[in-house]
Amino acid sequence: MLRNFISATLAAGVLSWGATAQAQEAVKIGLILPMTGGQASTGKQIDNAIKLYMQKFGDTVAGKKIEIILKDDAALPDNTKRLAQELIVNDKVNIIAGFGVTPAALAAAPLATQAKVPEVVMAAGTSIITERSPYIVRTSFTLAQSSTIIGDWAAKNGIKKVATLTSDYAPGNDALQFFKEHFVAGGGEVVEEVKVPLANPDFAPFLQRMKDSKPDAVFVFVPAGQGGNFMKQYAERGLDKSGIKVIGPGDVMDDDLLNNMGDAALGAVTAHLYSAAHPSAMNKEFVTTYKKAFGTRPGFMAVSGYDGIHLIYEALKKTGGKADGDSLIAAMKGMAWESPRGPISIDPDTRDIVQNIYIRKVEKVDGELYNVEFSTFKDVKDSGKTKK
Amino acid sequence: MTLLTILFDGVAYGMLLFVLACGLAVTLGLMNFVNLAHGAFAMAGGYVCAVLVNRSGLPFFAALPIAFLVSAAVGALLERTLYRHLYSRSHLDQVLFTIGLVFMSVTAVDYFMGSSQIFIHLPDYLQGQIDIFGLGVGRYRLMIIVICGLLTVALQLTLAKTRFGSRLRAAVDDPRAASGLGINVPQVFALTFAFGCGLAGLGGALGAEILGLDPYFPLKFMIYFLIVVTVGGSSSITGPFLASLLLGIGDVAGKYYVPKLGAFVIYTMMIVILIWRPNGLFGRSAAR
Repeated sequence: MLRNFISATLAAGVLSWGATAQAQEAVKIGLILPMTGGQASTGKQIDNAIKLYMQKFGDTVAGKKIEIILKDDAALPDNTKRLAQELIVNDKVNIIAGFGVTPAALAAAPLATQAKVPEVVMAAGTSIITERSPYIVRTSFTLAQSSTIIGDWAAKNGIKKVATLTSDYAPGNDALQFFKEHFVAGGGEVVEEVKVPLANPDFAPFLQRMKDSKPDAVFVFVPAGQGGNFMKQYAERGLDKSGIKVIGPGDVMDDDLLNNMGDAALGAVTAHLYSAAHPSAMNKEFVTTYKKAFGTRPGFMAVSGYDGIHLIYEALKKTGGKADGDSLIAAMKGMAWESPRGPISIDPDTRDIVQNIYIRKVEKVDGELYNVEFSTFKDVKDSGKTKK
Repeated sequence: MTLLTILFDGVAYGMLLFVLACGLAVTLGLMNFVNLAHGAFAMAGGYVCAVLVNRSGLPFFAALPIAFLVSAAVGALLERTLYRHLYSRSHLDQVLFTIGLVFMSVTAVDYFMGSSQIFIHLPDYLQGQIDIFGLGVGRYRLMIIVICGLLTVALQLTLAKTRFGSRLRAAVDDPRAASGLGINVPQVFALTFAFGCGLAGLGGALGAEILGLDPYFPLKFMIYFLIVVTVGGSSSITGPFLASLLLGIGDVAGKYYVPKLGAFVIYTMMIVILIWRPNGLFGRSAAR
């Protein structure tokens, strides 16, 4: 026990000494992302956006050179943990960032706490993440943010009966629960609730069930890749013609995939933090430069990565280049800025993002499909935090 | 009316499973070779079709036979260079080798095509539903039933009535006696293997619309192929065919009527059938 304590103290001492020694020359950021595997598009978008930001604003901030060390964890939490440990102990990084999925972000949380290294979460979206370490800051979103808003919006906009179709895993269940709470509280009724297995080849029987329950709208949350399949089969079954709308959090209609879905996606109404069609000058420039550099449009993951690196830059400016965990976290708390997605800030109490959630409808603009925003819910906090 | 729709969807799904899996029934049942990489050939067909239709603008129906041919060619090439060395090895060696191939194919496709889902742009006349006596029938699914139905008949006839069919059956039953009679056994096997891969490729191209297509295809659907072959028994084409229909209809109906248990219906059916008939519906007892 005593020996453990001594070695832990020694390790922590060595760590912090290493960090200050390093801080003289460069600020190192360990970027852990899924660059291969089923979540690879998340990793690629974030990596792209960070490259874009550093091209635009240079790689020196407050007199320090920014160095990114990219590691691929393939969205497997065991890998994430090992890589985070290597980055902190061997490479002596000042910040760890990225994290494509919730289990990955959680796996790194104890390391962030122990080594006092800020963990900037740029993708993973369950509420609990920021509660797992005082060193975690998030620039992406939580599922509660978009799901509660679409619930409120649907109840207020003439949608009385909803059938839900969600994938049977943690994010799907989160989305369903938050939507249901708000939709039912607003006077709506859930007439049919179907949880689809995660590895589901064919939506046909579930969609037939949706159709037969004759709802005003179908609330859907499936992993991003399956969204296209869902929309195609929804149109194939004629649900669009029987006047059943599609609503949901915006993950299903990610800009990354939207254009390939074809006209089946037209008319879907979703709530989300970002659309490539967001009408601001800043976003137009962001989309144009991103397209020019990488040949595709940025999705919400790209903008989360862009804001993540911006947060790190601004925090370093504020601390004057001091890169220890406590100073950085203190600088990040409460920071507010204009992002391509609109005005955002970091909640000083929860270190989670506060942002506008937009209600958007899929429309054709210049021959391409876009989520066109038509209503804004301002400064939405995460409502999924544990009540204290 | 709903019952009929469910039946129709189930038949289409079953037919698709059959085309995807019957190549495996051939290699596994007739050639006694455990080819877990079967799904990789299906994926190859799917991607070939997607590239031809989406990037080169080839009509969907022209791309289908090409998907078949390319997968068959890849199958023939691999059979000549890799697979033939494993015919005489143990099943464990075959499993390890082919599962390795699966992982290599997943990574290769991920590298070249990206990891996101691919959709094949279908012509308008294959989209949506048509109304037949008040029954909403998906056009694409109807097409699947027609194509797969014709294919099944052709396959059955080839195996039972043609010279090649009898050579194949002879080569399978007793390779030594068959080669003594002047049948070129390795060539017959190579052709059969290539044909099975071609069918898988066609299945992949047809299935992309319904099952989705991404680099993980071979892993995601391996279990379905294996279920079809195990339940159907692998000594004929009729077995896997009926098994596919049964499982397809069962799966769709289960998901519709008991959505809470839906995912498990297909496994339950498999277990019940295998307890009742351990060698599959039409399996003969393991003679070899």
